[in-house]
Amino acid sequence: METLGAFALLLAFCLSIYAFAASVSGAVWKKPFLIVSGRRAVYAVFALLSVASGILIYALMTSDFRFAYVAARSNKAMPAVYKFAAWWGGQEGSLLLWSWLLSFYSAVVLWTNRKKHRDLLPWVIAVLSFTQIFFCTLNVFVEPAFQMLAVGKGVQAVPDGNGLNPLLQYWLMAIHPPALYLGYVGFIVPFAFAFASLVTKQPGEQWIATTRRWSLITWGFQSMGIMLGQGWAYAVLGWGGYWGWDPVENASLLPWITGTAFLHSVMMQEKKGMMKIWNMVLISATYFLCIFGTFLTRSGVVSSVHAFAQSSLGTWFLGFLCIGMVVTTFLILRRLDYLKSEAQLESVLSRESSFLFNNLILLASCFAVLWGTLFPVITEAVMGEKITVGAPFFNKVNIPIGLFLLLLTGVGPLIAWRRSSWESLKRAFRWPAAGMFLTMAVLGALGIHHAFALISFGLCVFVLVTIAMEFWKGSRAIAAKNQMNLVRAMFELTHRNTRRYGGYLVHMGIVIMFIGYTGAAFNKDTTKEVRIGDRFQIGRYDLHVKSVSDGDNPNYSWQRAVIGVYAGGDYLGDLQPERRVYAASQQPTSEVSIRRRLNEDLYLNFASMSQTDADKAIIQAYVFPLVSWIWIGFYILMFGTLVCLIPSKVKYSYAKTQVVGVYARQSETAK
Amino acid sequence: MKTYLRFGVLVAAIIGTLAWLAASGINESKTYYKTISELKQLPASESGKRMRVTGDVVPGSIKRDGERVHFQIFEKEHNQTLNVVYMGKDPLPDTFRDSAQAMADGKLQQDGSFHANSIAAKCPSKYEAAPGKPAQQPLNPAKS
Repeated sequence: METLGAFALLLAFCLSIYAFAASVSGAVWKKPFLIVSGRRAVYAVFALLSVASGILIYALMTSDFRFAYVAARSNKAMPAVYKFAAWWGGQEGSLLLWSWLLSFYSAVVLWTNRKKHRDLLPWVIAVLSFTQIFFCTLNVFVEPAFQMLAVGKGVQAVPDGNGLNPLLQYWLMAIHPPALYLGYVGFIVPFAFAFASLVTKQPGEQWIATTRRWSLITWGFQSMGIMLGQGWAYAVLGWGGYWGWDPVENASLLPWITGTAFLHSVMMQEKKGMMKIWNMVLISATYFLCIFGTFLTRSGVVSSVHAFAQSSLGTWFLGFLCIGMVVTTFLILRRLDYLKSEAQLESVLSRESSFLFNNLILLASCFAVLWGTLFPVITEAVMGEKITVGAPFFNKVNIPIGLFLLLLTGVGPLIAWRRSSWESLKRAFRWPAAGMFLTMAVLGALGIHHAFALISFGLCVFVLVTIAMEFWKGSRAIAAKNQMNLVRAMFELTHRNTRRYGGYLVHMGIVIMFIGYTGAAFNKDTTKEVRIGDRFQIGRYDLHVKSVSDGDNPNYSWQRAVIGVYAGGDYLGDLQPERRVYAASQQPTSEVSIRRRLNEDLYLNFASMSQTDADKAIIQAYVFPLVSWIWIGFYILMFGTLVCLIPSKVKYSYAKTQVVGVYARQSETAK
Repeated sequence: MKTYLRFGVLVAAIIGTLAWLAASGINESKTYYKTISELKQLPASESGKRMRVTGDVVPGSIKRDGERVHFQIFEKEHNQTLNVVYMGKDPLPDTFRDSAQAMADGKLQQDGSFHANSIAAKCPSKYEAAPGKPAQQPLNPAKS
């Protein structure tokens, strides 16, 4: 069986090379049969990788410890869901998941476009296959998933495996890597179309229109992956944060930032035919950052606390990135003539300008995060000395950027295309600005003097009011015209232009997440060594240690503290933070206990037993104001993304005809 | 042309501000990676800088003294040991034991000892980097 798996991988590798070669030669020499065979090879790669993955999953589920991978990542005591999750629980398996997702996406792209874009598709296949060749190389030659333990020949039978890393045995963690990978891998598709349109000299709106939905879905998955990671860090790691600017986290954020910039700036190209080069650069950057992100997490090139492990993958990734970037840059430069802008910036006060600043600021943030992440590598190369920067650096740069973006989120959608006057701006932003200053005044009077927090809350209200006004104005008009009530009119309004109003919903989600993030300015924490019967305080809570008990089950042994929570004399319930030591790995973990409320979370972590006094437990208590709003905002964001994906009831064709006209004229002159 | 000039000024102002913030952020939080033997050779003037140093915990060297924890770390390559005093308030990680590989973050003192504000550690044999995920509690990322 293992031979079949390894063979399937090898065959997938060969067929990817074939798909690449056949598509490119078929497109160059105009040989349809080559193109068709290349297309079939892509389907075959998907089938083969599914077989390989299936075998690995089967081995995991049946605890076949002859497989080195299974012995290292799984054990008998783990619940079935984590046995399955062990597929992406280790280096080899998660690279296989990467390849499999890519082959799945490739097959879906080919199937949905089988009757369209005949000239583009061979080149799309070429890009997808080229990436697949690279990842298959890793799967087959560098990190093979089907290595067997020589049981009976020098190695004794393995009675039980090491088990999945305990920190990963949590439901969010079981779905976080696939979600993030769906995002990482998905950005390859828009890039492949962009690349194909460059090669075939059709840098118009075709590739953008085709991949708009892809980009959105991918962006949604990427957001989901990042948020699940935050939720996991918050609920499992026990230090009470959701974001620590760790290289691994940054790696997932980078393509998200450029992807967000891309989603915004394509609107400029669709509506005005501007920023064509820029969009090419953005989608290419997103693609390479996705590969780069995988590289960072897989190779341990930046030593963080998490990345003690080294690996030989680095050089492979660097080679692939270099080749890819050189080819893409060369191609963009060669096609500059086809990427000329069809309109010019006319005023600083215009929609165009707000998009421009949105992009500038997102890219600045991306650059700062990248710089901070690679700082040890850069300084080692330049100064011969490894220097790392911590959270203060990232916060210092990104908090102002975040606030500026928040402002643009409110201003951008309301400002007119081409040029806007101060007068119309004053009219449009009278109420939002009033809301902002009122909020700031009220909060200031209530004793909040944290400058960034005040600005942030003010801006959040500013944006929320603008969004509410947009919905209000639109639905009131529809309600009046069609004699329907306001709620129905709101649905009607959204359905008519899902892209616009879905976008507003996404913005709203982001704003609400910002409210949650701003709450971090008021976090409280304390660490206490306590014995049974002790009381201590944090914020408005009185905590009463009722009992400390222990026990075990086949997977882990545990110690649990039962802590009664009181506020102002009222009993609010018990929290039960727990410590576990997993039997297979002997790795201790914390199982935090959180009282989640809309205004604030009370968060208790059983850090350890005291080492000076065996009777005492060390409890870390935190109060996190407004954290729940991060997750609520995230749900709204996902909902808004889904709304964007629903086709609009009314097709807004006027903007398109204008652009198509310009495009047709231009392609005539190009000939 | 005037429009483009305005854009240029605005863009320059934004980038300038961010660059300034970035530079001050770097100065505030930069930490030098040093090996134990490198630390030993540093002049006294360097003692104010934040540093990060890694070594194996010398078995039996961990001693508690109230809130502080004294221990030694060892660098095989140059056969050097370093006295470390942990001054942080968070409990030490469970993985911090004899022979564990420990990373101390803090400052070198005039007397040649190292005062650490945070410690990260891994057991040499049991550790398996969680793929793509933080496999260990980050080094107090919220506070560092």
